[in-house]
Amino acid sequence: MNRFDYIRPASVPEAVEAAAVPGSTYLAAGTNLLDLMKGGTARPERVIDITRLPGLDRIEWLPDGSVRVGALVRNSDLAYDDRFARTFPAVAEALLSGASAQLRNAATIGGNLMQRTRCAYFHDLASACNRRAPGSGCDAREGENRLHAVLGWSEHCIATHPSDFCVPLVALDAVAEVEGTRGAREIPVDALHVLPGAAPEQETALAPGELIVSLKIPAEATAFAHNARYLKLRERTSFAFAVVSVAAALEMEAGAIRKARIALGGVAAKPWRAREAEASLAGAEATPEAFAKAAEIALAEARPSGDNAFKIELARRIVARALTLALEGTPEAIPALPASPFSTTPGANHAA
Amino acid sequence: MPLETTSPLPQHRRHGSSAGQPLTRRDGVLKVTGRATYAADNHPDGILYAVTAVSSIARGRVTALDVEAAKAHPGVVEVLTPANRPPLAHDPDEKMPPFGFRVEVLQDDTVRYVNQPIAIVIAETLEAATEGAALLNPVYEVEPARTDLESGKRFDPEGIGIGAPARTAHGDIEAGLAAAVRVTEADYVTPPQYHNAMEPHAVVAQWDGDRVTIDMPNQTLALSCASYAAYFGIPAENVLIRSPFLGGGFGSKAILNGPQILAILAARMLNRPVKLALTRAQMYGPVGHRGRTWQKLRLGVDEEGRLTALHHQALCTTSSFDEFLEPAANASLPLYASPAILAEHEGLRLDVGTPGPMRAPGLASGSAALEVAMDEAAEACGMDPLDFRLANYAETEPVTGKPFSSKALRECYAEGAKRFGWSGRPLAPRTMRDENGFLIGWGMGTAVFHCPHFPAEARATLRADGTALMETAGADMGQGAWTALAQIAAEALGLDPDQVELHSGISSLPDGGIAGGSGHTASAGLALHNAGEDAIARLAELATNDPASPLFGAGNIGVVARSGRLHRRDDESRGESYAEILARAGRSDVVGTAKTARDPAVASAHAMYSHGAVFAEVKVDPDLGQIRVARLVGAFAAGRIINPRLVRSQYFGGMIWGASFALHEEAIADRRTGRIMNADLAEYHVPVNADVPSLDAILIPEDDPHVNPIGVKGVGEIGITGTVGAIANAVWHATGVRVRRFPVRVEDLLISREFA
Repeated sequence: MNRFDYIRPASVPEAVEAAAVPGSTYLAAGTNLLDLMKGGTARPERVIDITRLPGLDRIEWLPDGSVRVGALVRNSDLAYDDRFARTFPAVAEALLSGASAQLRNAATIGGNLMQRTRCAYFHDLASACNRRAPGSGCDAREGENRLHAVLGWSEHCIATHPSDFCVPLVALDAVAEVEGTRGAREIPVDALHVLPGAAPEQETALAPGELIVSLKIPAEATAFAHNARYLKLRERTSFAFAVVSVAAALEMEAGAIRKARIALGGVAAKPWRAREAEASLAGAEATPEAFAKAAEIALAEARPSGDNAFKIELARRIVARALTLALEGTPEAIPALPASPFSTTPGANHAA
Repeated sequence: MPLETTSPLPQHRRHGSSAGQPLTRRDGVLKVTGRATYAADNHPDGILYAVTAVSSIARGRVTALDVEAAKAHPGVVEVLTPANRPPLAHDPDEKMPPFGFRVEVLQDDTVRYVNQPIAIVIAETLEAATEGAALLNPVYEVEPARTDLESGKRFDPEGIGIGAPARTAHGDIEAGLAAAVRVTEADYVTPPQYHNAMEPHAVVAQWDGDRVTIDMPNQTLALSCASYAAYFGIPAENVLIRSPFLGGGFGSKAILNGPQILAILAARMLNRPVKLALTRAQMYGPVGHRGRTWQKLRLGVDEEGRLTALHHQALCTTSSFDEFLEPAANASLPLYASPAILAEHEGLRLDVGTPGPMRAPGLASGSAALEVAMDEAAEACGMDPLDFRLANYAETEPVTGKPFSSKALRECYAEGAKRFGWSGRPLAPRTMRDENGFLIGWGMGTAVFHCPHFPAEARATLRADGTALMETAGADMGQGAWTALAQIAAEALGLDPDQVELHSGISSLPDGGIAGGSGHTASAGLALHNAGEDAIARLAELATNDPASPLFGAGNIGVVARSGRLHRRDDESRGESYAEILARAGRSDVVGTAKTARDPAVASAHAMYSHGAVFAEVKVDPDLGQIRVARLVGAFAAGRIINPRLVRSQYFGGMIWGASFALHEEAIADRRTGRIMNADLAEYHVPVNADVPSLDAILIPEDDPHVNPIGVKGVGEIGITGTVGAIANAVWHATGVRVRRFPVRVEDLLISREFA
């Protein structure tokens, strides 16, 4: 591990100023960053500890019905906040399907937005990785890539974004509120993470030193509260990243779909919003055929980046299933196995 | 989520003894309060920290190391490389009997696998040693890595496992196949797996002249002392190993490895205590693993569904420089009757660390393939899988014809099937669904494990206050040895376990044998039992020769030890306490000893195994291919049960490991470099609680008069066997898809929808 400076600012302006120096990185709970530093993948020169910044640990309901969540709110605290879980059930379910109870108790929601890919080649210093070492190549491309991207990847990088939380956020048009030396701005979460293209080292739309101070979920998103699910395929029932996941939300009106929201996880370097698939459902009847068609559209551009063609078919099926579950309605309480196909919610229809 | 444990704990009180009682672990409170001292918890004064630098290539040479940069780092004391590594008295490229492997201890600059130590950095702090190792910046001359069937080198091994023959034949296999009305043939693949004990391999070594004290988790104390003595050119009695607790071993702490030897060497060179603990990632290489296998089975079956031939071939990986081949095909030797059985092994050399014994070596991989093949043969015959196994029940050991010392497998089948509800199982796959539309499948497998017995010694001291001290150098890896062994000792002494102090886990005590092969309770237990009886006999001699004792002259009639008293066999009212006998004799104690081993005559006359039957229910999402083990029921017969609570826990652990083998566990190596791409517990998946929601283990009574005088068989490994196949067979029964590669993956079940 390299030697680094440790700075603990007292205010957001101080933090932003401290982080403007090149080589700086923000530290919150450290559930991802510290592992990366121990392994040598991250070698910051300055670590700016934001955990004591005041005012960033609140959940604030605004008059228009939207919610602002401070960046330092813990994943568990947000998921178990009654009003939040009732209003944005798919987000709460996604949070509880991630990591382990211990990690969720420590991890912050701002940190979750900023977590790095789990691509093994990104973590293995002896491997070529354009994301970690620009221009070095991508050893995942011809490597062990069964779980890599099927959408939005490039020859330079086939990594996926691992977050569960971000998937329903993108579906619900959530916005990150950001502070930087040039002032405050808003970045839609959908635009926060960047596809690799020719510069995979550019992982987010944040300018150097910019700090996510809060997350806003708009009032319009509350319309989906009754028909929203997050579903996650994984290789063990807990403490595993998604093979493929999906957030599906429907706004129903007189038995027909007024609006639909669909986003996929584990398929691309960012949570993948499927807008055309959503459009195909707007005004449509909620039928298995309509869901199957939406699933086809959502994956229309998908192509394998390696030994992962199965993920495309799996993604289609899980999109259709999640829409079916959303149509059946949000469960009264978060299921015992959050986001699992084996969640204890009865009545799941498996004809999808 | 709580485990369902519907079986009541049996309480077989034997002669009023403590054996058979479900006592909780003696060391439980220490462990849950963090006061149990594991090797890396030791901090002797003046300690230095060692960190190994490891290779990132699988084959080639290290051509340069920046030793100067490492040494220049503040706190770094020394850097050992092949250029300055002090000599060892034993050639590390020579195997050390009885099962020492060739080890990598900087004998030269060659690299033979990924994560091989290429230098060791010793520093005043762990952080400095870690950074020093990172600064070495090795330069390699890289040769292509041989990582798979195509690039590996095949060979005919001289032996497999630890000293077993590579080929075992009974009858004429081709004639058996020719006589069959139906032949089932299939290929199976099992992945590389790593032990991943929770506690990493750690060592704290301190030298005093030519004597060394080693704190380390160790499954073979006495053998290890001899081996370290050979490496360091000192007498075995100069090596003291302290291993009071092991955070799991599973075979990986039974064999010497390079990093630990290097740390001990560094302590001697620098004349200061040295601590080393491998990181999780560094455990994927120098400390053994379960090698990959490619297996082929051919089963010939007659009109009645009886085997006419059982042919099991296994291609097993080993390293480029040493041999440990999973004796996988030998899983077909002890279980099913057939006029012709052939087990054959071939080796495949890859650029990997040498594999080694890992919980249920051979049988775990081999049973996985055999039990699926048996299921496929039953399917081909249109028979229920349990009926098919019963039709091929072996009344004597199939290959040798020897009688079994005991075999309550029929009872295991019957009780397990009953508890599980097997009788309602439809033959055809994909016919059962739950109320939510998930596919349900039921599968089963037979479990079997051999009963080795290791030489062991023990000492029993009856003390003036009527309590006792029992001593043997055994190992508690978490299985509860300290508790079960104390129960055996207490029984032999006629005392309550609370009155018996058990000393173990340190090599200066009498040799407790090997904690491996599921043979520790039997081996160390018999030594304790006999030592206890010896002490009682000596005490009885004092009493029966003392005219002042109520037992005077009872020598011919005999005396019985119970509840801290000796009394006449023919009259319970005539007796006295141990304390009274010792006090009158003016003795502070009486000491008994024992040195035990298996009686070779009994051993050669009998086949000795634990048996069991495992039944699995899985649920499978018909569209998404997600699998969940809904229920596991195992019924096991393993001779006399000393502590049913601990035994059930061992069965649970084994069955969960079986679920892991079937559905989760796999080391993923990059085909080009050999580097393990999931060498951490986030990505190398072992089951979580939610993966196995319902477990039941039934303890089938079994009295074995031959296996050893205390009637104890092994329980530590058998739970894996049978379970892997049971789950895979249940997946087939749920889906109609026969997966022959482990672990079963989601994509294996993404079948076309016309089935649904």
